[in-house]
Amino acid sequence: MISAQYLGMPLEINDLDHENLDYFGYCAKHDFRLQRCASCKLLRYPPTTACPWCSGPDSEWVSVEGRGTVHSYTEVHHAIQPAFKQYTPYLVLLVELDTQSGIPTREEGLRVIGNLVRPDGVLAPKTEVERVGIGTRVRMVFTDVAPGLALPQWTIDETAVGGTPWRYRG
Amino acid sequence: MPLPREDVEATTPKFLRDKYAIVGVGETTYTRGSDKSTRALASIAVRNAMVDAGLKPSEIDGMLSYQFNDSVFSPFVAGDFGIRLNFYMDVFGGGSSTEALIGIAIGVIEAGMCKTVVIFRSMNGFSQVRIGGTGVRSAVPVSGDMLHSRAYGWQSAGQSFAPSFMRHMHDFGTTAEQVAHVRVAHSHHASNNPKAYYKKRITVEDVVGSRMICKPLHLLDCCVETDNANAIIVTTAERAKDLKQPLVQIRGVVGRCSKPRVDMHYQTGPISTVAGRYAREILWPNAGVGPDDVDLTGSYDAFTFTTMLQLEDYGFCKKGDGGHYVSDGTIMLGGKRPNNTSGGHLCEGYTHGIAMVIENVRQLRHDADDSCPIGPDGRRQHTYDYREGGCRQVKNAEVSANLGWAMPGTGSAMVMWRG
Repeated sequence: MISAQYLGMPLEINDLDHENLDYFGYCAKHDFRLQRCASCKLLRYPPTTACPWCSGPDSEWVSVEGRGTVHSYTEVHHAIQPAFKQYTPYLVLLVELDTQSGIPTREEGLRVIGNLVRPDGVLAPKTEVERVGIGTRVRMVFTDVAPGLALPQWTIDETAVGGTPWRYRG
Repeated sequence: MPLPREDVEATTPKFLRDKYAIVGVGETTYTRGSDKSTRALASIAVRNAMVDAGLKPSEIDGMLSYQFNDSVFSPFVAGDFGIRLNFYMDVFGGGSSTEALIGIAIGVIEAGMCKTVVIFRSMNGFSQVRIGGTGVRSAVPVSGDMLHSRAYGWQSAGQSFAPSFMRHMHDFGTTAEQVAHVRVAHSHHASNNPKAYYKKRITVEDVVGSRMICKPLHLLDCCVETDNANAIIVTTAERAKDLKQPLVQIRGVVGRCSKPRVDMHYQTGPISTVAGRYAREILWPNAGVGPDDVDLTGSYDAFTFTTMLQLEDYGFCKKGDGGHYVSDGTIMLGGKRPNNTSGGHLCEGYTHGIAMVIENVRQLRHDADDSCPIGPDGRRQHTYDYREGGCRQVKNAEVSANLGWAMPGTGSAMVMWRG
C-alpha cells in the first residue's frame, strides 16, 4: 500500500493494484515504462489487465521514450481541488507519444496525460502555459510524490524546431 | 410519413417498434436548496408521473433508478407507496442512463418479469452531491484509474471532456461563438418554460464574455446544478391505450453505446468524434427513421459542446458542420428542428437527461406545459408565438430523438413518435 499526499490530495495505490504499483514504481525511478503484450507485442496506455487488441493476459514492462506532440489539451482557470488554485491557469495535456503513433490503426496512438510542468516537476507558470497548444513538442519529466510513486509529466522540448502550435483564442 | 423509410436499412429486431410507450411523466420543482431528502423528492416525482398516467400504485410492478451513490434506492420509494414490486434495479450512472433504462424496462416487460415500470432519477445536485466535483466528490482518496486523471487536476466533467471539444475546434474551425448559440437557444426556450431554473434570455456575447472555467468552456457553456427528481413510466402500447394521455410510442433505443476503449476513448481517434457515431448505426435502423424525419431533438447539454457534437455525429448535419448547425437557427423554437425546448440542463435544471425525455413526451402529446391558455378539454391551446414568456409547443411535432451523453466515449439514444 502506497499512501501519499500531493497538492492537498490523498493518493493511494493498494496492494492488489499491481498494474499501477508497477507503472508508478518505474516512474519513481524516472524510467517511463509501458506494458508490452507478450502475444501481439503492442504497447498500451494506461495500465490495463489485458491487451486491448488481442486480449492477451501477459505483458512485460518496457522502457519507452518520453517524447511526443500535444494532441489536445485544456487550460484550467477554475480549479476544483483547492491546492491547484495557486497554479491556475494550469494545463492538462493529452500527448501522443512518437512511439507507436498511428499503430495499429491510423487513428490510434499512445496518448499520455500530464500537466505542463517546469523541468523540476512543479506546475508551469502562466508564461509557459501560454506557449503551448496542439502541435507543441514536449518531453517527459517526473513529479516525485513518495517512495514508489512519481507522476509522469510534460515540459516544453526546447530543442524542438517547428511551427506555431494551435491555441484556443479567447 | 411512410414508415419504415426504405432508405434506412432496418434489419434489427423491429418487431418491438411501437410495442412500448411512455405513459406517465412527472417531476419536482427545480431548486437550489430543496430542503428535502432524495427519497422525498423521488416520491413527489413518482406520484406526479402516476397521476399523469392515471395509474394507481397497485398498477406499478417494476422500478428502475440510476445514481452515483447520491440518492435513494427504488425499494424505499416503492415501499413508501405500498407498491409490491415484481422487478427492481438501481444502477450506477448519470447521463445516458435514461434511454438505456427505458431499453431495460422494455426488455424486462418483454421477458414477462413485470408489466409496468417506473424509472426515476432523484438528486440534490446542488445542495448535497455536486456533479461538478466540488465538496464531497473532491475529498475522496485518488486511487486506481483516478491516478491517471484526478491526480493531474483533471476530474470534473468539463475538464474531462474538454480535449474532445478543443480538438473539434482545431480540426474543423468550430468557434466559441457558434457553440454559444446552444446556450442562447436553450435560454430562449427556458424563458417560455415556467418551471425552468434560469428563465432569462441571453446573448452570444453573454456566453463568450463570461469567465473562463477550462478552455474552451466559459461559465455559461456549462449547465446549472440543481436539486430535483424526475420520473417516467413505461408499459406496453396496448396497455397505454386504456390510460389517460395521448399515446407516445417508443420506436427504438440505444443504451450506453461506446467508442472503442470506452473509458480510455482518447486512445482511439478521431477524438473530435463521439459515441453517437456508433450509436446512430443502431438507432436509425431500429427506429426505421432517419435524422430528416425528426421534428425535435433532445441532445444532452451538460455543456454547449455536448449538444453540438452529438447532433453532428448522429447525422443531423455533415461531420464538422456542427458549429454551423447549432448557430443557424435550426435548433431554436420556430426553427426547423428545435433542441431541448424546455431549456435543458443549461437552463431548466440538471437531471442527468431524464427531463429531456419528459419534455419530448409532452411535445409529442402536443401538451408542453407552457403559458398558453388551457382549453375546455384541459389541454393547452397553443399560439405558436415563441416570444419571451409565450408558447413553447413545437407545431406538428410527430417524431423526436433524445441523445443522451455520459462522456465523449459513451452515449444512449431513443426515437419516440406520436401514436
